[in-house]
Amino acid sequence: MTAVLPPPAAAGAPSAPGPVDEPGVSLVRGAWRRLRRDPTAIVGAVLVAAFLLVALAAPLLAGYEPGRALPGNGVTPSSVPGPSPEHPLGLDASGVDLLTQLVYGARQSLVIGVVSTSLGLAAGMALGVLAGAFGGWVDVAVMRVVDIMLSIPSLLLAVSIAALLGQSPISVMLAIAAAQVPIFARLLRGSMLAQRGSDYVLAASSLGLRHRTVVMSHVLPNSLGPVIVQATLVLGTAIIEVAALSYLGLGDGNPATAEWGRLLVRAQARLQSDPHLALLPGACIAVTALGFTLLGESLREALDPKGRR
Amino acid sequence: MIRFIARRLLLVVPVLAGLVVLLFLWVRALPGDPARALLGQRATPAGIEAVNELYGFDEPLLVQFGIYVRQVLTGDLGSSGYTGEPVVASFVSRFPATVELTLAALVFAVGLGIPLGYLAARRAGSWLDGLTVGGSLLGVVVPVFFLAYLLKLVFAQWLGWLPTDGRQDVRIDATHVTDFYVLDGLLTREWDAALDALVHLVLPGLALGTIPLAIVVRITRASVLEVLGEDFVRTAESKGLAASVVRRRHVLRNALLPVVTTIGLQTGLLLSGAVLTESVFAINGIGSYLFTAISQLDYAVLQGYILFIALVYALVNLTVDVLYGVIDPRVRVS
Repeated sequence: MTAVLPPPAAAGAPSAPGPVDEPGVSLVRGAWRRLRRDPTAIVGAVLVAAFLLVALAAPLLAGYEPGRALPGNGVTPSSVPGPSPEHPLGLDASGVDLLTQLVYGARQSLVIGVVSTSLGLAAGMALGVLAGAFGGWVDVAVMRVVDIMLSIPSLLLAVSIAALLGQSPISVMLAIAAAQVPIFARLLRGSMLAQRGSDYVLAASSLGLRHRTVVMSHVLPNSLGPVIVQATLVLGTAIIEVAALSYLGLGDGNPATAEWGRLLVRAQARLQSDPHLALLPGACIAVTALGFTLLGESLREALDPKGRR
Repeated sequence: MIRFIARRLLLVVPVLAGLVVLLFLWVRALPGDPARALLGQRATPAGIEAVNELYGFDEPLLVQFGIYVRQVLTGDLGSSGYTGEPVVASFVSRFPATVELTLAALVFAVGLGIPLGYLAARRAGSWLDGLTVGGSLLGVVVPVFFLAYLLKLVFAQWLGWLPTDGRQDVRIDATHVTDFYVLDGLLTREWDAALDALVHLVLPGLALGTIPLAIVVRITRASVLEVLGEDFVRTAESKGLAASVVRRRHVLRNALLPVVTTIGLQTGLLLSGAVLTESVFAINGIGSYLFTAISQLDYAVLQGYILFIALVYALVNLTVDVLYGVIDPRVRVS
């Protein structure tokens, strides 16, 4: 289910040559320069910034308490109260102010997305470093484990973990993280292997530096680029995956949590009469995921040395 | 070639073996008594004893593992904890529906994705290119089940153009030979039955095929762009070959290699995407069965289906690798 985006179009699209950098501009500087001029990056950054702002300022924007049904809310099986001065977006199917739910949903997505991606990143990097640093049988063993993890579709991997740990926010995060581990592990290993043959690594080794120092202070820092870019992309898919888990009934088990996926699931029964109940949280998920995807894609393109032509 | 296939086949074995070990440990790590977990609602004292006997849950772990491996190898994966239906039989009877849906999604994704990606690359920077790239980004950020509901709402409920759910209209008295409904209709010459089954596949196929479509478009576009810049294309052009020949023999043939791999990877992923799509459109395939198993925590079904899906996934990717070896002889050597 996780849509792992393939590498973007070769950065040097024939008709759109990248800006020419003066000699001596560092990769990061050059990337920053390209990013500032890239409309895709700007749109992505604006969307992500808006999402972060809403998530952080949720109590200021919301006006009501999330997850608590308002007394005498007038929600009937066939209709929900529409927009009014007190409730700009009306109420949701459980009788809570919809705007409040959406705003706190951003917070929930941010927490789950960041924690699960950090966990996935940490575990994936540990495996990737093991494989990339030692090579040989360690590499083979680690990559076999990664292959096994990849042979289970991410949704089923998430399901098996949720089944093991029961319904809780932690099991949702672990379930999403587990599906990311093999992605990060493979990427970092590949990236480290590509660095290992470089001249600077050879130079460092011939200076007599210990293997550990060479790996940790030379190879690893230079291999992190693609991993960081992937993390941005994965944050976007994590937000979609939370919704899918909610749909499967494997959410965090607390019905009062304001979560976009759960709002979407609850709205399905009212799709005919009140489609906005589903459309708004659906749009929130899509726009946030789009923001992270655009940002990640343009980061990748900007950091790609091929783009410096 | 045979050596290449054999070597590739050998690589699948450790992955599946590792998976069997993991699934074995998974059931034993489940909260509570494993026999109770496997039996689900059907757990009775006598039943639990029988399962303990069958799987040897009282025996040492290694003996238990031996029993489990023997069962897997003989194709006995237990029964559903809720309906008592044998896991293998339930998979076999529902698999055709899922294969049909997967194929519909693939036809949509590949049939539209390759031409779109190719055109976008040929006219890189044009409005068509921008629209395609933008659309492919949108395709991956909409949750599958949300898209499925939207399609159903608009095209089935509001506009009434297409059926809302199921695989075939119940009023059609169709003969089923293979359980692939479209194929059945064609085989028995019941054209209306085939057409009806096909019409039922449109919306689920669109919902399931959107993410692979987006990915196929992007891969094709990137790959064609790369090949267009290659020296051999310039050489072919300067030799004075007709543009259409260069396009077909030089550009497309080389550009499609990564696309083939992507299609293979996506086919495997479609199987799990079907969990969401099938349940929205009430299609009685392995996806909707898994959906029920997940909501009931039917461990016996989950354990068996994960193994099956991984096996299918491995076989699909194996086929793709072999195909790849056929298209590109260089792969066989490395």
